Amino acid sequence: MIELQDVTKVYNEGRQNAFAAIRGVGITVGNDLTAVFKGPSGSGKTTLLTLIGCLARPTSGRVTLNGETISGLPEKFLTEIRRKTFGFVFQRFNLIRGLSARENVMLPAYPLGLDHAALTRRADELLDHLGLGSKGGLSVEHLSGGEAQRVAIARALVNDPEYVIADEPTANLDTKLTAQFLDIVRTLRAEGKTVIMTSHDPRIWQADIVDRVITLEDGLLTADERGAHAA
Amino acid sequence: MIRQVARQRYLIDFTLASMMRRKVKNVVLFGVYFLIVFVLASVMLFGSAIRREAALLLANAPEVTVQKLVMGRHDMISGEHLEALSAIRGVRRAEGRLWGYLFDRGNGANYTMMVPPASDTTHAVGPGEAIVGSGIDRVKTIGRNEYLFLIAPSGRFFKFTVKERLPEGSGLVAADLVLISEADYRALFDLPDGVYTDLALSIRNEKEVATILGKAAKAVPNSRFVTRSSIARTYESIFTWREGVLLALLGAAILSFAILAFDKASGLSAEERREIGILKAVGWETSDVLTSKFWEGALISLGAFLIGLIAAYAHVFFFQAGLLEPVLKGWAVLYPDFRLTPHIDPLQVTTLAFFTIVPYTAATIIPIWRAAITDPDTVMR
Repeated sequence: MIELQDVTKVYNEGRQNAFAAIRGVGITVGNDLTAVFKGPSGSGKTTLLTLIGCLARPTSGRVTLNGETISGLPEKFLTEIRRKTFGFVFQRFNLIRGLSARENVMLPAYPLGLDHAALTRRADELLDHLGLGSKGGLSVEHLSGGEAQRVAIARALVNDPEYVIADEPTANLDTKLTAQFLDIVRTLRAEGKTVIMTSHDPRIWQADIVDRVITLEDGLLTADERGAHAA
Repeated sequence: MIRQVARQRYLIDFTLASMMRRKVKNVVLFGVYFLIVFVLASVMLFGSAIRREAALLLANAPEVTVQKLVMGRHDMISGEHLEALSAIRGVRRAEGRLWGYLFDRGNGANYTMMVPPASDTTHAVGPGEAIVGSGIDRVKTIGRNEYLFLIAPSGRFFKFTVKERLPEGSGLVAADLVLISEADYRALFDLPDGVYTDLALSIRNEKEVATILGKAAKAVPNSRFVTRSSIARTYESIFTWREGVLLALLGAAILSFAILAFDKASGLSAEERREIGILKAVGWETSDVLTSKFWEGALISLGAFLIGLIAAYAHVFFFQAGLLEPVLKGWAVLYPDFRLTPHIDPLQVTTLAFFTIVPYTAATIIPIWRAAITDPDTVMR
């Protein structure tokens, strides 16, 4: 369970171009299986996601994980929490070019120093599970958008996280690939993972697998709806 | 422990892949780094080896040489002083030396003519015989038992049978040397008996040189006393001055290379910053990022340093420092063709490593550390 208490995030704080992306938001996420943050561009969706996933620290307010305050922890501990608890799927996938699909998937597990054969097997299993069994050795530059996204999902799952966080996962995908992505989310949901996404794509927040839709506007929470087809 | 090893292996694998992705940048950096180390190490190894060579040669030189001065210039000295000098307590041996220069018009070269001291039985020469240095052998292409023809300052012709050719190893000081008997020397230069070029003193205890010099100065007035240590100091000054000249000439180039290397190493591209952000986001700790970059820096700096040092070693000791020779060795018609004895001064190598590897590592690690301690979100934005 992740709780944000009166969280504010100001970028460029103290400068002339400072702006508050999130303004005093309080929300609890987790155990919702699938939640979506929606809202127009610049509403603060991605920022809220980075705060939930410990990719950024709030300017004020508090973030707790299972009742423990984590927003004030040193970077070392936040990194450990990120590695153990969250798997990230970024909007532009953020795969590392020059590495193969398999190596990209293995990347989050490198600091754990796992057995190489076991880790390779785990990465291949994930790629196979996502329909990329034959593409593990390919450099990620040679993959299509949909394939790259599935590599990013496999990478997010390699450390078996409790939460999968996806930022605009279908922004670069066509209808067919979006449907494929929703099938993957359905599988994750069935496996008991909590999936938290941002999207301004109605195909996502109107999907039957979405349990909760939270609306943001100008850094403020304006709606919080529950249940399938919440929107 | 096993996990730590595996972790380092993963980080090295990632580092190698990362370096391959930026091949051009890394090859340029490696090349620049290699060149700097090669030049600096060549100068350093050459200077160090030539000083050592000089020190080894001087070890056989007399502790004190006595020269007569007439109107401030070096003149022939009488052998009568030998008795007085030998009588000074602490002087083991005093002997007269005959040496000088003879210009050979045919080759446009100066030969150093010398009579081997009586105490040197290995180079004893009889009348009509000569022992020649390797440089003379090269210029005149004469071998053992062949004839060496010389024209005396008086215009007379002299013929010597070459008894022996001095080994290449002695080339630094003996390239242009011709050893002949005392009788031949006096005949060649029309010198009367009883005079010498200078007198050589062998001292029992080197610490007593100053005391002995004081007594010798009274025994042989109007003379100059040259000690072995002062010759060593002169050699040292010459080689240091030459090294300095070379480094000054190369200074601008080295500085330009250093700035380029620093710029290439320290500038973090947007792509690199994004990559660090991704690594942090997916669970890499700051120390993991730094370790990976440390391996990258170490592979470039240590690799370039070692290869540069090995290349410099080969350049100096196997190719006679061909690129630096004219500045470091000086110039002569009978160029000393000698091989330096391979020698490395660990302190100099450590100093060179310190002044090349440490600044590079700092230049690469600091910007990466700054990016790595920032929130992944900020870095990726």
